[in-house]
Amino acid sequence: MLEIRDLHATVDGKEILRGINLTISKGEIHAIMGPNGSGKSTLAKILAGHPAYEVTKGEVLFEGRNLFELAPDERAREGVFLAFQYPVEVPGVSNAQFLRLAYNEKRKHLGEEELDPLEFKDLLAERAKVVEMDASLMSRSVNEGFSGGEKKRNEILQMAVLEPKLAVLDETDSGLDIDALRIVSEGVNKLRTPENAVVLVTHYQRLLNYIVPDHVHVLYKGRIVRTGGKELALELEEKGYDWIKEAAAGA
Amino acid sequence: MSTIELLTNKEYKYGFVTDIESDVIPKGLGEETVRLISEKKGEPEWMLEFRLKAYRQWLKMSEPKHWPNISYPEVDYQDIIYYSAPKQKATKKSLDEVDPELLRTFEKLGIPLNEQKQLANVAVDAVFDSVSVATTYKEKLKAHGVVFCSFTEAIKDYPDLVKKYLGSVVPVGDNYFAALNSAVFSDGSFVFVPKGVRCPMELSTYFRINNQESGQFERTLIVAEEGAHVSYLEGCTAPKFDKNQLHAAVVELVALDDAEIKYSTVQNWYAGDEEGKGGIYNFVTKRGACRGRNSKISWTQVETGSAITWKYPSCILQGDNSIGEFYSVALTNHAQQADTGTKMIHIGKNTRSTIVSKGISAGKSNNSYRGLVKVLPGAEGARNYTQCDSMLIGGRSGANTFPYIEVMNNSARVEHEATTSRISEEQLFYLQQRGISQEDAVSLIINGFCKDVFRELPMEFAVEAQRLLGLKLENSVG
Ligand SMILES: Nc1ncnc2c1ncn2[C@@H]1O[C@H](COP(=O)(O)OP(=O)(O)OP(=O)(O)O)[C@@H](O)[C@H]1O
Ligand SMILES: [Mg+2]
Repeated sequence: MLEIRDLHATVDGKEILRGINLTISKGEIHAIMGPNGSGKSTLAKILAGHPAYEVTKGEVLFEGRNLFELAPDERAREGVFLAFQYPVEVPGVSNAQFLRLAYNEKRKHLGEEELDPLEFKDLLAERAKVVEMDASLMSRSVNEGFSGGEKKRNEILQMAVLEPKLAVLDETDSGLDIDALRIVSEGVNKLRTPENAVVLVTHYQRLLNYIVPDHVHVLYKGRIVRTGGKELALELEEKGYDWIKEAAAGA
Repeated sequence: MSTIELLTNKEYKYGFVTDIESDVIPKGLGEETVRLISEKKGEPEWMLEFRLKAYRQWLKMSEPKHWPNISYPEVDYQDIIYYSAPKQKATKKSLDEVDPELLRTFEKLGIPLNEQKQLANVAVDAVFDSVSVATTYKEKLKAHGVVFCSFTEAIKDYPDLVKKYLGSVVPVGDNYFAALNSAVFSDGSFVFVPKGVRCPMELSTYFRINNQESGQFERTLIVAEEGAHVSYLEGCTAPKFDKNQLHAAVVELVALDDAEIKYSTVQNWYAGDEEGKGGIYNFVTKRGACRGRNSKISWTQVETGSAITWKYPSCILQGDNSIGEFYSVALTNHAQQADTGTKMIHIGKNTRSTIVSKGISAGKSNNSYRGLVKVLPGAEGARNYTQCDSMLIGGRSGANTFPYIEVMNNSARVEHEATTSRISEEQLFYLQQRGISQEDAVSLIINGFCKDVFRELPMEFAVEAQRLLGLKLENSVG
């Protein structure tokens, strides 16, 4: 589904990604871990097409197509979804209005009829159950005044509405309380199908207890320095990153 | 796209010219011009006196060039046509007698006038250049006692009302443009809602400037007697010409005890091209007098057009407990300039006013809010709340806020809040990441920014206003 080959990228002339290789097949769950500042969010945002980052080398194929030829909104309509580490506020635009617009853009893209506000309301109510989202948050402005946890839950609600093929969740677990973490994780699990894939960027094992990854990657200084199974995350939890950093320095 | 910057504007779709034979007087302005206009309209002596008095005052005044934050070349008042009227039968018994070319023009503008297609629940007075060509639903309104007609008819049919209220809110010598208007105004709308009547439908006037050389000087007078309610809307467009055209209107509102007037404007005059060539100079005086106790006047404006906008719809809160409101969206793009805001003059006890102003500037445009809140010594318990937000798009536009506050009563409470923001790249990216195109994302953000104003507009027009803002900003971020 997704193939990243030797990806290098800079921001303001500073090199952040230095040769990333990663292949993700449909039905899989990948976890990306790594110390602060190693480039995890950068990778996620580049996949989504953030304009601040410049790709200097390498390529990314999404279902065989060159991802970099598509504008951010086209990528989204093709099924690439990013749950933001820091979701953005949009004052004056209601969450329901925003979600309907986004949903209808996707339907238009697929050549399907758009839903009117009433039809969409039913769909939204049903999808909101997936993350047990409070209905009062639908009529409020997008993320405005939402608590940290509410913002994160709202990201997964958007995922539930848009049903992406590839979902990259950037630290969706941080900010969620213990119950919310369980609910949101179960929500993500419910959204899994053999046809889609999920990338989890996280610092903590506790998320991976709920959403069990097939592969775990450690990103350090812009490279994937180690890949393993779900045990790798447990090992990191226990030992921290020093041994990985040392190994990377020695290599 | 690492910088947000301006490209081009969507074509102005109302820029066509109607080919119609008109009765036009020669260019230029003098006492004889004033007399000629009055004569053409068959006016009584008192009306001519009103005009001449205004003209003589205007001669002694000078254009307000210094304090507004706008700049433009000298206006040559001798190079303007002060009267241009499509030739048609003087008295029209029914709409069938209106020139079909005119009906087609208004239909093209989205304002069908003939019986079958008329907008449901909105009565329209259609003004073309200097004169009103048709007013819909007149009879139905009359059955409720509501008078809605052209100003010309009002002078003939309701001289006492016109004499009583004309110039009572905006005196002839109030300011340069008001004086000019008072001297040469050619038509406009008159509304009278008698005691206790709630006007059964929205009233609206649609202004169209067609003649390249003519100015438009219209006059609107709305009177709501005790306990009367009325909601009124005006819309405006003009063809695209390279030359600037002058539009100097005066609007007077009078609300007696417990009366309520809601006045909404969607202004989309031709704004000139990207370099600032052509477009309307919109120099307008709008003022409402809350004369009675518990009366209320509410101005809502969505200003998107004109090369230059100079207008300050105001409320004189004379009656105790009266309420004044001003909700404004002013959008400028390319080389447009706007200096707009309001005045709230608190005279009566416990008078309240609310000001919500949203300024959006894109391109190299300049957008200023100018507002005065004045509390006179007798205005015990007066309250004002002002919220003044500016949004900048791109790096070359400007926004300014000039709030003037004069409080002469210690019990008054005046609050002022102001913010300036930009559409951030992160906001755009977030919306795009959800499959929304960049243009739709901009328009979504702007509409969100203006929400507090849009929700004050009558339903039908709120949708139109949102669409208009979207169009105006298309391709404004690149
Ligand atoms: N827009 C930017 N401008 C300047 N530097 C940036 C920008 N974006 C990222 N960086 C830098 O790139 C590096 C990688 O940042 P990134 O956000 O990808 O890290 P991360 O792995 O997600 O970290 P964390 O675990 O703290 O979220 C950091 O040093 C960061 O400061
Ligand atoms: Mg990060």
